[in-house]
Amino acid sequence: MLARRVIPCLDVDKGRVVKGTKFVNLTDEGDPAELAERYAREGADEIVFLDITAAHEGRATMLDVVRRTASRAFVPLTVGGGVRSVQEMHDVLRAGADKVSFNTAAVAAPELLTACAERFGSQAVVCAIDARRLPRTDGAGQTWEVVTHGGRRATDLDAVSWALRVVELGAGELLVTSIDRDGTRSGFDTELLASIASRVRVPVIASGGASSPEDFVTAVRDGKADAVLAASIFHRRMHSIASVKAAMAAAGLPVRPVGEAVA
Amino acid sequence: MTGSKPRIAILDYGAANLVSITHGLAAVGADVVVAAEPSALAGADALVVPGVGAAASAMTHLRERGLVEPLRNWVRAGKPCLGICLGFELLFDASDEGDAETLGFLAGRTVALRDAPTLPHIGWNVVRAVRPHPLFDGIPDGSYFYFVHSFAPVPADEGVVVARTDHGRPFVSAVARGSLYGLQFHPEKSSDAGLRLLSNFLRLVAANAETNARAGAALGSEVA
Repeated sequence: MLARRVIPCLDVDKGRVVKGTKFVNLTDEGDPAELAERYAREGADEIVFLDITAAHEGRATMLDVVRRTASRAFVPLTVGGGVRSVQEMHDVLRAGADKVSFNTAAVAAPELLTACAERFGSQAVVCAIDARRLPRTDGAGQTWEVVTHGGRRATDLDAVSWALRVVELGAGELLVTSIDRDGTRSGFDTELLASIASRVRVPVIASGGASSPEDFVTAVRDGKADAVLAASIFHRRMHSIASVKAAMAAAGLPVRPVGEAVA
Repeated sequence: MTGSKPRIAILDYGAANLVSITHGLAAVGADVVVAAEPSALAGADALVVPGVGAAASAMTHLRERGLVEPLRNWVRAGKPCLGICLGFELLFDASDEGDAETLGFLAGRTVALRDAPTLPHIGWNVVRAVRPHPLFDGIPDGSYFYFVHSFAPVPADEGVVVARTDHGRPFVSAVARGSLYGLQFHPEKSSDAGLRLLSNFLRLVAANAETNARAGAALGSEVA
């Protein structure tokens, strides 16, 4: 049975892992390749790099980071942020990434998802959806709108309809972030996750709000997520990947054991 | 072989990520060359056919680069060849993905995964042995490996099947026939279990090279 994945996410700025709140007060936390290797050793099922480098000249630096990571961390690697063309995706994959995640670029030019899926296959195309709760109106169910630029810009797109649309366009996986919960450590928005995961066939990665190992369990059980992504709780060593997986296994969820014995 | 390191050629036909398989093989002691043209196969002890993407466009790229015939001759000669993911699917006769005619080294057709709860099948899943095989030496049966695919081949000959994996329905996740091996999952992305499998592959390659050298020497002495 397919294991539920646990994925640490690293924010990378100009080739270094940074920590901060909502992209401000960034502090240097080390070399991405080194941290990725450590997480892989500790049982991470996949690594996500989110490139938050503002300047375009940072692209070459990111490719170098990807290259160095692929040479030492033998788990899947997804790179998000800053990829805006088929050629740029090609460069990132050639450097050693397995998937590329599109967010703002997909909203700006949805046909990019199709072009990339046709060239590299849907399995390499992740669409990141940042969603914010809209005030409930009487009689209607809860809805969410898609936001971009780290939550600063609204789009008028309904998050669930957008999810269905990007899958049709070629996205092979959805990375769904609750902007309301992101950075708050108040648990995942399982209602948002379930609304999307119950309507699409592609895997859904839950993101935004992880605080405890139990949150990972509810993201999968109630949110129907196939994978769960978190940043700060791992980076700040509040919880280990092993303790998260132990909680998931105790709840009866299939996980890949940490440090599986290979003779 | 150059020294004691088996020389592995990775077929480059424009498929995306060659970095991981290159480093994975190097990490377990291979001397790796990336082969974008037929001449680069000379001197290699084994060939790896990697790949992600679609079968039809992969075949087009292989043809454009003149790699189909050299590949056919390689496998016909019984030299070690390992197909991974799409490279595994290409070993069979044909694929429903783009209705492509593929290499035809193994009888059978690649079809879309049926009754899959999620598609693409992305993530770590359990690989169960159908029969023991040296590729899996030292790897506990039922270990997790990393998969990324929507199609899987259905071999006509059950005898080639080494392992199966379940995603809605069981599908074939590893095959072997002589020195021809195929894996639906990515050993280069499967952490310790994957590296162990690549190391086992190198040992099979080294054994094969040794046998050939001995046969060559025996033939030489007969001629003499």
